[in-house]
Amino acid sequence: MSDKITKILICMGTSGISAGAEKVAENFKKEISGRKLSDKFEVVRVGDRGLFRDVLVDFVSDSGRITYEYVKPENVAKIAESHLAKGEPFKDLLAGEDYKKFFEGQTRIVLSNCGEIDPENIEDYINAGGYASLDKIFAATPKEIIKEVKDSGLKGRGGAGFLTGLKWEFCHNASGGEKYMVCNADEGDPGAFMDRSVLEGDPHSVIEGMIIAGYAIGAENGYIYCRAEYPLAIKRLNTAMAQAREKGFLGKNISGSKFSFDITIKEGAGAFVCGEETALLASIEGRRGMPVPRPPFPAQKGLWGKPTTINNVETLANLSQIIVKGAAWYSAIGCEGSAGTKVFALAGKIKNTGLVEVPMGTTIRELLFGPGGGMLNRMLKFKGVQLGGPSGGCLPESLLDTPIDYDSITKTGAIMGSGGMVVMDARTCMVDVAKFFINFTVAESCGKCVPCRVGLKRMLEVMESITEGKGKEEDLDFLRELGSSIKDTALCGLGNTAPNPVLTTIRYFLDEYLSHINEKKCPAVVCTDLIKFEVVNDKCVKCGKCFKACPVDAIEWKKKEFAKIDKDKCTKCKSCINVCDFMAIR
Amino acid sequence: MKIDLSKTKEILERYKGKKGALIPLLQNVQATYGYVPGEAVDIIAKELSIYPVTIYGVLTFYTQFCLTPRGKHIIKVCQGTACHVMGGKDILDYLSEELGIKDGETTKDGVFSLERAACLGCCGMAPVITIDDEFHGWLTITKIGEVLNRYKRQALEAGEAK
Repeated sequence: MSDKITKILICMGTSGISAGAEKVAENFKKEISGRKLSDKFEVVRVGDRGLFRDVLVDFVSDSGRITYEYVKPENVAKIAESHLAKGEPFKDLLAGEDYKKFFEGQTRIVLSNCGEIDPENIEDYINAGGYASLDKIFAATPKEIIKEVKDSGLKGRGGAGFLTGLKWEFCHNASGGEKYMVCNADEGDPGAFMDRSVLEGDPHSVIEGMIIAGYAIGAENGYIYCRAEYPLAIKRLNTAMAQAREKGFLGKNISGSKFSFDITIKEGAGAFVCGEETALLASIEGRRGMPVPRPPFPAQKGLWGKPTTINNVETLANLSQIIVKGAAWYSAIGCEGSAGTKVFALAGKIKNTGLVEVPMGTTIRELLFGPGGGMLNRMLKFKGVQLGGPSGGCLPESLLDTPIDYDSITKTGAIMGSGGMVVMDARTCMVDVAKFFINFTVAESCGKCVPCRVGLKRMLEVMESITEGKGKEEDLDFLRELGSSIKDTALCGLGNTAPNPVLTTIRYFLDEYLSHINEKKCPAVVCTDLIKFEVVNDKCVKCGKCFKACPVDAIEWKKKEFAKIDKDKCTKCKSCINVCDFMAIR
Repeated sequence: MKIDLSKTKEILERYKGKKGALIPLLQNVQATYGYVPGEAVDIIAKELSIYPVTIYGVLTFYTQFCLTPRGKHIIKVCQGTACHVMGGKDILDYLSEELGIKDGETTKDGVFSLERAACLGCCGMAPVITIDDEFHGWLTITKIGEVLNRYKRQALEAGEAK
């Protein structure tokens, strides 16, 4: 390939594809061949770069990189006319300040290849330095590899934050002949999507990580347990594994060494609890995914009773670079007690939704108002941020300067979790959010232990009565007491952490609970039973947005007049409330 | 409706003797028939020498499996955190009202099934739904109405809906 070729990278993550990335790529190809420029331009389909700016298109050449955002199939002709034909960037769609801000301040290790290489082409991965770690590991003993990973300070990125090297050591030292290496790609935390992007954008990095882990613990068989909800990730993993086998990176005697290793994909069938190690193993074995008490830990007695190591996707994606660049390089990134970087999934009421990778120790504020770009709607104030999915907690503005490391986050009552961050503003009801999470864990509880099965259900009932305006102040004491006993007594991680959202919202957003209970009001105008569906004339600016949003014509409005809601026609769908920037509907 | 059980036998053949094959086997059966028919369960139980109740235990544990025929188009409404904050519940309520079915049900004409998904992993484009394999993001009630109408029109033209 000539260096003079300009590569046109088209972002083909799930969001890109849904916005027409396939068509954009096709149109570029047509423009290139139509203009006879095939020797100068080449279209490359890359994974998701992390920012939802459909569709992102980059022109990469020796002279640098030019990025377009929000490219639609019908815009391609205009870009081609200017950029392909005359070499002049098409100004209207050039990526703006937000795009730059999003990527500045990130340290991309796990995501380094996402959006840069073609995930379906192993050569691209190898050219980017992929599979270089293999020569290094085969020249060392498994013990030396374990020491290197221990020294790097890498902790499991799936939630618990256990030292990866130590986990390996337990498994390595366990007796029992056959051993297994399992990759947990059952990314069930609602609000987290980093594993999906890594699997879709850089599947080889996960495979390479599994080979390293397999060698260290002494396993010849690996499993990737991936959610069935991620069909594209499964497809790309299968392609990547076939290519790796062809190149001799998987299979018998990898790269001429004495080590043999291969991987099987197991598709999950939709159960959140299967993210828990022992439940995941039960599911691979073909049973109901129910956890069992530990010990024995999977490192001693795991899959089919054999010693097993389970690592999360993001953890594995770090490994090849730790081996190549060394433990000292990795441990120098991040902060005391939490080495390296962490990928966060920003979602909710924030301007730049997407994946951000920052060094540990960055504060939540730096993350949300730096790469995150601040609030989605400048009229509405920041209220809270939910960390760690249904097992985590909601933090208020006063805790925004908390550094992101395992210890500091745990002190707040939340958990690092897998790194989901859902931002909430004045129009998010914290009581409703807490109810939502309990509802989620009630639905996902496997039903094995009583505290989780019955206790969470009781908590949900109380939360429901509060949001319906039937709550009493004593309910809060009941929730606190029941919540803490569920935390102490449930069998697995799901139950142990499930009360966190309720407990943290009571701790940090008590006034909202009290408004629901005492005044029978939902300050964020979310809880339908507490909304009157009336326009507050003091706040209404007569803009007519609600009038246009109403799907059933229940709103009367004329220019320069207050809007009025016809309650007989209103279906309480809340379309009007969602578009009103002034919170003028109560 | 008569079910072609030879396909179940073919699938069984493929997984014969493999460890931990029950879930992939059932996924395959569902992909073939659109759901897991009771008749297929009986054959699988016999072939694998396990009780049917063990298989039903697995089938009812995982949300992916369905024991009754589903609609031609499957609408999954994401109920993840980001979607919830961005109004995913309102989307589900709207669809439920428009189609006249609750989540987990299928319309009488067999065109649409409505399902809730724990998280579709596209939180950046919340609220999200999928219709079959197609993703629709950044939805509002108006937008979802348009998408639904498009599918309804197609079904009408194909003579599937009345």
